[in-house]
Amino acid sequence: MKANRKNVGLRINQISPAGNAVLSTFMILLAAVFVIPVILIICISFSSEDSIYQQGYKFIPTEWSTYAYRYLSQMADGVWVSYANTIFYSVVGTALSLIVMSMFAYVLARREFKARNAFAFYAFFTTLFSGGLVPQYILITQWLEINNTRWVFFLPSMVAAFNVIILRTFIQTTIHESLLESAKLDGASEFQIYLRIVMPLFKAGLASVGLMTFVSKWNDWFTGLTYNYKMELEPIMTFLQRMQRQLDMLSNAKPGNITADMQDMYATIPGITARMAITFVSIVPLLICYPFFQKYFIKGLTIGSVKG
Amino acid sequence: MKTSNRLENPAQKMNPIVKEIKRHWQLYLMAAPALIFILVFSYIPMVGLVMAFQDLDLSKGVFTSPWAGLTNFKFLFATTDAWIITRNTVFYNVVFIAGGLVLSVTLALLINEMTSKRLQKILQTIYIMPFFLSMVVVAMIMLSLFHFQFGYVNTIIKGNGGQPVYWYARTDVWWWLLIVVHFWKGIGYSSILYTAVISGISQEFYEAAALDGASRWQQIRYITLPHLRTIMCINLIRSCGNIFRGDFGLFYTVTNNEGALYPVTNILDTYIYNALVTYPNLGMATAAGFYQSIVGFILVLTVNKIVKHMDSDSAMF
Repeated sequence: MKANRKNVGLRINQISPAGNAVLSTFMILLAAVFVIPVILIICISFSSEDSIYQQGYKFIPTEWSTYAYRYLSQMADGVWVSYANTIFYSVVGTALSLIVMSMFAYVLARREFKARNAFAFYAFFTTLFSGGLVPQYILITQWLEINNTRWVFFLPSMVAAFNVIILRTFIQTTIHESLLESAKLDGASEFQIYLRIVMPLFKAGLASVGLMTFVSKWNDWFTGLTYNYKMELEPIMTFLQRMQRQLDMLSNAKPGNITADMQDMYATIPGITARMAITFVSIVPLLICYPFFQKYFIKGLTIGSVKG
Repeated sequence: MKTSNRLENPAQKMNPIVKEIKRHWQLYLMAAPALIFILVFSYIPMVGLVMAFQDLDLSKGVFTSPWAGLTNFKFLFATTDAWIITRNTVFYNVVFIAGGLVLSVTLALLINEMTSKRLQKILQTIYIMPFFLSMVVVAMIMLSLFHFQFGYVNTIIKGNGGQPVYWYARTDVWWWLLIVVHFWKGIGYSSILYTAVISGISQEFYEAAALDGASRWQQIRYITLPHLRTIMCINLIRSCGNIFRGDFGLFYTVTNNEGALYPVTNILDTYIYNALVTYPNLGMATAAGFYQSIVGFILVLTVNKIVKHMDSDSAMF
């Protein structure tokens, strides 16, 4: 191989250029398979309602229309309340969760702290064994009674043992114990050490876990479905799901059984294209942002798996 | 330390635990919130598993409900549902685990074989995209494809003069369709761990092997794969331990909780959910929940022990 600048990055024994062309083409086609279903949603949202009713969903709309988006911007109050809820739960929930978990991770990383192994086991054990849905449901609805309040969207998911362990590993690998020791000798309190030294230094750890937490909260539909019926508290994914289920129920109802309530309900459900538009709008923020944060996700995954 | 304190200064009868807490009180304080959350939302529910042995009447409360021994379990295992949900849960998990391992490692290897690093990065970003979609969104996508009236698939069929199919009742389709959806959503994401490890393997190994006349395939087999072994094992253990836990979102939301599909889509989690929230039938729900938690726990311990036996580095604990 010629030792010019272009070849410097090449590895020994790569596949032939012909093989590479075939492989790359295949991989690109594969990527198309991943993307196409999402494009379908987008195209449907830009169709007119009539053309959908007449001809069904298509990739290339027979009749382009921004009706769905006009509907969203003008009429659909419920959508924007839900969207705001999603943003609120995701941002605040992630922030709170990071604070509680990183403090705990810091404690677990302090080598001179005798109880840290006991605490670590206490947290780690929950990844092996869980009580499951039923006790959690009864706990939340009967004992704590936080269902149908905003608390249910924050409290149960505040601490994820898995993430705590990832954070602890980040701290241990990024910050040397001697740094903490010298700070202690200088008279800093534990809390000051945490705030002034640890937090600024392990930004990557916070970013990784924070992003994972943010994504899971943004996409969460289960909490709203199971523990909440108040529409003003609903996050957008639950909103979407509820729309769909109500529609299913209505379309399955026998013609003679349709009540006035059901007709009212039907009137408030956004049409097909509008629902696709809502879907699109709900995924856009994540889809736009995730490529920029990809390396943090990867880091979090690698640290989490190397030593659980 | 305990004895010397008491001997030298009998007046200072401080418990060593209290001493420890006093010394590190800030650390205990910082750990407290997390400890409490874990206690309330993870450990207390564990205790709640005993409800499976009660004849629960929520109006009476958990502690005053009468004990029912194994009655709930007898009812649960008398149904054919118990067998169906167990079979479905385990079947899908085995497919997901085995297929997932093969597919994500293969994808990672293929990505790595492409010569253009730029293409690698771009394609990988695209492959992980479905991971960031909520299951509800995936359900909408399935709807847009398989809806009876408007779905894209039926539109194509009708356009070619065929009869539209009521897909949401076709159990012969959904059992493999859900598998495809699962991999579509997760394969990109699970492969990035492997690509990260592969990119960290030193080129020297490959150069030395090439000098010895190894083919590319042999290089993969004897250099790349062994490097991945630890991670593969850890993932395997974790997945096997969870073999009794299903992807609730996939089987409940993407299928629209369609009753007609239950024979192939009902898993332990959806069964418990429906028994708890939809009907409700608390006895079945608690019994199935207990069944799931206990068997899952035993599985984790067993699998870990087996792997430890074979290669102690790869075990989880």
